[in-house]
Amino acid sequence: MSVVTLTIDDELVSGRHGETLLQVIREHGMELPTLCHMEGLSERGGCRLCIVEVEGSLRPVPACSTVAQEGMVVRTATDRLIRYRRMIVELLFAERNHYCAVCVSAGNCELQTVAATLGVDHVRYEYLSPRLTMDLSHERFGIDHNRCILCTRCVRVCDEVEGVHTWDVSCRGVRSRVIADLNHPWGRSETCTSCGKCVQVCPTGALFAKGAAVGEMVKDAGMLTRVIEGRDKKGWNE
Amino acid sequence: MNRADLRHMAEAERERQERLRCRIMVCAGTPCLTAGALSILDSLREALDESRLAVEIEAVACGCMGPCSRGPLVKVRQQGKKEIIFERVTPDLARQILFSLVKGRRPPTVSALPHDFPFLARQMKVVLANSGSIDPERVEEYVAAGGYGALAHALHEMTPEDVCREVSVSGLRGRGGGGYPTGVKWNLARKAPGERKYVVANGDEGDPGAYMDRSVMESDPHRILEGMALAGYAIGAEQGFIYVRGEYSLAGRRLEAAIRAAERTGLLGSRVLGSNFNFRIDIRTGAGAFVCGEETSLMASIMGRRGQPRQRPPYPAQRGLWGCPTLINNVETLATVPAIIGKGGKWYAGIGSAASKGTKVYALAGQVAIAGLIEVPMGTTLREVVFAIGGGIPGGKRFKAAQSGGPSGGCIPAGELDTPLDYESMQRIGTIMGSGGLIIMDETSCMPDVASFFLDFCRDESCGKCSPCRVGTVEMHRLLRRITGGAATMDDLAKLEELCELVGAASLCGLGMTAPNPVLSTLRYFRDEYVEHISRHRCAAGVCSMAEVPAGPEQEALVHATGVAGEEA
Repeated sequence: MSVVTLTIDDELVSGRHGETLLQVIREHGMELPTLCHMEGLSERGGCRLCIVEVEGSLRPVPACSTVAQEGMVVRTATDRLIRYRRMIVELLFAERNHYCAVCVSAGNCELQTVAATLGVDHVRYEYLSPRLTMDLSHERFGIDHNRCILCTRCVRVCDEVEGVHTWDVSCRGVRSRVIADLNHPWGRSETCTSCGKCVQVCPTGALFAKGAAVGEMVKDAGMLTRVIEGRDKKGWNE
Repeated sequence: MNRADLRHMAEAERERQERLRCRIMVCAGTPCLTAGALSILDSLREALDESRLAVEIEAVACGCMGPCSRGPLVKVRQQGKKEIIFERVTPDLARQILFSLVKGRRPPTVSALPHDFPFLARQMKVVLANSGSIDPERVEEYVAAGGYGALAHALHEMTPEDVCREVSVSGLRGRGGGGYPTGVKWNLARKAPGERKYVVANGDEGDPGAYMDRSVMESDPHRILEGMALAGYAIGAEQGFIYVRGEYSLAGRRLEAAIRAAERTGLLGSRVLGSNFNFRIDIRTGAGAFVCGEETSLMASIMGRRGQPRQRPPYPAQRGLWGCPTLINNVETLATVPAIIGKGGKWYAGIGSAASKGTKVYALAGQVAIAGLIEVPMGTTLREVVFAIGGGIPGGKRFKAAQSGGPSGGCIPAGELDTPLDYESMQRIGTIMGSGGLIIMDETSCMPDVASFFLDFCRDESCGKCSPCRVGTVEMHRLLRRITGGAATMDDLAKLEELCELVGAASLCGLGMTAPNPVLSTLRYFRDEYVEHISRHRCAAGVCSMAEVPAGPEQEALVHATGVAGEEA
């Protein structure tokens, strides 16, 4: 497999042909915040946190869905990019009702971590405070739309790994909402296999196992790679 | 059908038309239909039947003639005489016109447009050449007007490379708004490796106030089919799709009828015009999403998926519909191609300005004396369009600005009236050519209010995939509403400008990237209005209520969470 050489933050690095910028950046131990990206799932390029500047390109590009090319000159942490990332996180907090103090995932939440890493200590934008509900009809899991950031990891894992496509997104724009089947209560979904993968990949407290109290919902970060590796190596055939 | 049959069809139709003493064309485009064109057509046909004149006089439903705000329009074509257009025709007036023709009297002059009516005389029609002079539902009339001649010529005498070269020579650029050189795009799609390729005509015109594409689809559907077939031949595709906006039901019906007629006569389908080229066209109807005009969303929609964009590259010419190379062009772009192949790329390149060739169709709307559809050479000044063609601002008011390019574009202030309308000049003054909508505003328009209107549109149409556009447009709209409501501070203005920068730079697709443009361009030329709203609580145009409504949770109503089935409001 051929190799490409590129410059990331003044450092000469190499990556395999066809790898995304994000893969190259992470392989070299550099930090880049992401929310919708997840190892093992298709790239969405939606959260825009991994935007980087590529020389010769007018706008910043998302590292997760840009293929690394020979000779690229990439900057991952310019003042402008950091300012943009902070603003995006602020917008995500303003969009729905993210009250960490009463959230099952407080302390184990990727949104919270990203915000803390970027130094977001307040939100300058008007909170939209939408009136959203929770769906607790499933016997083991619950979904709290107030915490959802529409990263669609649940939609992708359900479709691409579990293969049932219970989850999808209804409506558009800021009204978008994750729904089960054709907007049925989760507990009455005919396709859901109750595998719980969506709960494990959810970056926030939107999807959780019932019975978890504040800060108790710890997601199993390695679950997806285990499942995919096990499937590839046929680890469960015996 | 082969070339000889095509010629026979054209001759037969021309002879039939020449045998008629007179043809009365009634505009059956959407604006005239809503103004009552059908009842005029009915009353004309009834009168013709009663007086047994149907053999010598024909009443035809035709396409758009242009001055839409003066509709319903009726055009009278008499053998050997200049044609006359009557405006604001009623069924009674139509009968009077008819009987004056029969009895050889002078037609009623009350509603006739003068022969040198500047709205019509100052135009140059290439795309709209047949609009308003042929019946869009009869393929024979298009053929009689020279239609499918370019396709026949290309199929028998040109190689695909020749067709691409001719389009490159013409200097044609994408008319949907991007302005990408069409010839380059065609060559990319032609050279892209792939067993299967597709041609897509983008008819998902969504800009408020713009209806150029609708009019072309309604008035001259075969022109688009011919352009698509030429594109198919040039890039090696056998299947085309026309993506028609769901609201354009009449355009969809006429296109469907046109496709059937073309397939029946052998102008589409297998072995087109006796050559080895096969080409089929299907219609896909949109479901009311503005973002589906963006090419990657449009392809997702055609494939039956959720209409959301994806990151480019890969571009559609590399990986498009079902992973195959796909050529996507705007309807107007494709409708230009038959003329380019028919008359030559050099001829087309001779029209227009240095870097923007050819003609452009604009939809004139808003505060202008004659609103309607015009086609002028690139580089025509805005002053000529508004004052010479559009007849100026009604009511003795002052011209304030024109919004070009809809919600993705910007405004052109009075000081830039002499700017030539072409891609470069418009970009220089901070707006875009866009698809061709021109909304004319007079002194009664408040610019922050206009920006708020367009932001509201983008907020509503955001697909929700990327966070800067999904939330950023909502926040920008809220800030604008604070300004127009009188509750804003200068800090809000700074926040607004910072958000404009973020949404423009970090959004995934063109919708988000261009959503801040109306704000940025009104700020560029009318910053004092914003400041006046904020610091003096005054709206000079008298549009904004300035009722000092603080944006509290009660008024803001949190509407966006409602409207989902199964959820309480």
